[in-house]
Amino acid sequence: MSADAVVLETRGLCKSFGALEVASNIQFALQAGARHALIGPNGAGKTSFVNLLTGVLTPSAGTILLRGRDVTALDQARRARLGLARTFQINQLFRSLTVLENVVMAIAERERLGRSLFKPLGWRSAISEEAIELLQRVGLAEQGLRRVDALAYGQQRLLEVAIALAQRPKVLILDEPAAGLPSAESHRIAELVEQLDPELALLIIEHDMELVFRLANQITVLVSGAVFAAGTPDQIAADARVRAVYLGEAP
Amino acid sequence: MLNALISIIFDGLAYAMILFVISVGLSVTMGLMGFVNLAHGVFAMLGGYLLVTLMQHGGLGFIPALLLAAVLIALFSLLFERFLYAPLYRASELDQVLLSIGLVLMATAAMTYLFGPSPVAVQVPDYLSGQWTLGGRVFPVYRVLMIAFGFVLALVLWLALERTLLGARIRAAVDNRRMAEAVGINVDRLFQLTFALGSGLAALGGGLAVEILGLSPTFASQYLVLFLIVVAVGGMGTIKGSFLAALLLGVIDNGGKYLWPEGGAFFIYLVTVAVLLFKPGGLFGARAA
Amino acid sequence: MSEALHNYLRQRQRLRPVEALPWLLGLAVFWLFPDYLAFGAQVLIMILFALSLDLLLGYAGVVTLGHAAFFGAGAYAAGMASAHLGWHEPLSALVLAGFSAGVLGFLAGLVLMRYHGLTLLMLTLATAILLQELANVNAQITGGFDGLLGIAFAPLLGRFEYDLWGSTHYLYALAVLFVMFCLLRLLVYSPFGQSLLGIRENAKRMNAIGAPVYWRLVAVYTIAAAIAGVAGGLFAQVNAFVTLDVLGFHRSGAVLIMLVLGGAGRLYGAFWGVVLYMVLEDQLARLSPEFWEFGVGLVLVLIVLFGRGGVLGLLDRVRGVGR
Repeated sequence: MSADAVVLETRGLCKSFGALEVASNIQFALQAGARHALIGPNGAGKTSFVNLLTGVLTPSAGTILLRGRDVTALDQARRARLGLARTFQINQLFRSLTVLENVVMAIAERERLGRSLFKPLGWRSAISEEAIELLQRVGLAEQGLRRVDALAYGQQRLLEVAIALAQRPKVLILDEPAAGLPSAESHRIAELVEQLDPELALLIIEHDMELVFRLANQITVLVSGAVFAAGTPDQIAADARVRAVYLGEAP
Repeated sequence: MLNALISIIFDGLAYAMILFVISVGLSVTMGLMGFVNLAHGVFAMLGGYLLVTLMQHGGLGFIPALLLAAVLIALFSLLFERFLYAPLYRASELDQVLLSIGLVLMATAAMTYLFGPSPVAVQVPDYLSGQWTLGGRVFPVYRVLMIAFGFVLALVLWLALERTLLGARIRAAVDNRRMAEAVGINVDRLFQLTFALGSGLAALGGGLAVEILGLSPTFASQYLVLFLIVVAVGGMGTIKGSFLAALLLGVIDNGGKYLWPEGGAFFIYLVTVAVLLFKPGGLFGARAA
Repeated sequence: MSEALHNYLRQRQRLRPVEALPWLLGLAVFWLFPDYLAFGAQVLIMILFALSLDLLLGYAGVVTLGHAAFFGAGAYAAGMASAHLGWHEPLSALVLAGFSAGVLGFLAGLVLMRYHGLTLLMLTLATAILLQELANVNAQITGGFDGLLGIAFAPLLGRFEYDLWGSTHYLYALAVLFVMFCLLRLLVYSPFGQSLLGIRENAKRMNAIGAPVYWRLVAVYTIAAAIAGVAGGLFAQVNAFVTLDVLGFHRSGAVLIMLVLGGAGRLYGAFWGVVLYMVLEDQLARLSPEFWEFGVGLVLVLIVLFGRGGVLGLLDRVRGVGR
């Protein structure tokens, strides 16, 4: 796959709840290897957009293409199996299981083992090895045997990303990965993102502008469910209209 | 044929009103807190037994005893709410189900111990026990008044919910709890109040039911399913829904048992399953449960 | 560090010596309490039924108030096959019972697993009662309110006759329970079983990592129904009698209470809970039924308010304090 191949694309994507329009004719494309940030004021429809991309919500109109395939009618799990992974703004972890088991779960599903009824999951050493390696990479190996609900919040945030990485995605969507983290810990997340496979397409939703400008080479600004501006970080930073609506500065 | 129809509808209506009076409180409290309460019938049962006790040993008349029982149970239920229910508002459905099953078992055992396993009866005053004749047909006064009371209560509750400040607060909290809290409504206090009110109404219904359904210690478990279905079919947190669901289920159940004694309860469960499959939030529920 | 993680995954499912205990006790009862074997067989059947619920509730997190539907379906399938069709061979009749309940569970699961929360609770409750009413109405084939008579089974494996004291029945039930338990134990540590834990803990995340949550739930509902059906079939064979209460809400509630009493989500909770409940019931209910009922209610309330995890959870904590 060439570096500029589009792996995730929306055409004329619309979604409304009654009179409330959360996505309005969104044209969007994400290339392989992209580091793309989605920003916008609160209530701009960022999370709704993620939910449309991942299949949690069904669009009212428009199409979604994942790796060249029309996935508009596919459910969330099928899109995930096609290589689309996401993290959540609010932690969605297997709280009473260990950190290790959380990651193993994602690897087992990626390997389509879920239908296997007899051979214990723990005896499949390739999976165990991969899980342990991943935990070492993200710096959670020491916590591997602890239950998730006994983990500090910052470590839970890391695990949130680790589970998505365990899916070995082609497209990764991070929904405010640093939400609620002090800067030292959000730095750790940023490092993790910088070490991602360069072929992977990344879409990151983030409020922390420092993080956005550090990680992204393309930015899309969403306002009231519509694409308000798009361009390189420099272009966006220089765009007076963006500063007016988003940064709250007078034009 | 016509006679049978009238009698089915008439008895069904009286039965439906009992269901409504007992269930309406459950509907509102479940709508407010989402608490799966299988023990609501306990308050109805306690109301019935308290009525019987107040009349036999306290020498009170039917109506004063009924009202006093309702008030006492309402106050008593506040203890339940504080010490048993409140700790579990954010717990899983399973915990709520188990707690309330536990309460049903305890109440059943306690009533068996105190009053014996056989049904008890209540002495209805003369002015309620007669019959009225209309167009050549005979209608028991008690049931006629029961139906009238049910309609009046539904109207009063509906007006209270729609027209008073308290009602507005309850509606706001059922609709969106977090938003209601954000605008300064004390939802916990509100819930205590509606819980007490709902339990008092259940006790009232339980007292009224003695004459029509009978009263034995198995009352709470025997009718547990029925009260829940009224709420589930009507939709949680709506008075209109509870009223219409109680009418629907009461008349269908009564009619089904009359027309097809051995098939009896088949119809209401069929209706329940059908309604829930197509409208998971109930007939008038705002959202899916 | 990574060695510890490896070991954890490898050894999570290993057999521990203590796991032989229930089976040794089961055999010991056979020799020590020959007068209690008929009762013992009822206990074993209930354990199997509780295990099927544990898979559904303890592992997949599906709360149901109508699990007796499948116990009853199995009981009626084996009972009616024997009474009407002359199907007297016991082992194949158990397979039939499990299969019938499994098919019913699959069909019900296809519909029910689309719902959750209160709606699901009410639907499981209502469908079980509906099934009971259906059995009641079709009295000419189910025996209706009077119960299904004329159930008889051929000697086990063509050799072992059933005696009055229930010793054959007891060993038969113990063997069936053992086989079903071994299958279940494999199942819960398999990738499928582990994915059920994921669904219990966070269905949203399971969807996001590509697990078809709905189909997994339909699958586990079917399996749990089939196991409950085997328990029901065993019940019909051991009692040679089936009445409507095999389908009743009372049975659905009782099995739930027993499971929670022992501790859900850990297989052995079903053993503890059922034995404790049924033995105490047998002893106490004779003395004073009210006292027994009140006690069960009180224990339930206390478990919910203070004692998460039932008896086994309590043991864990006692051991934790000792350490």
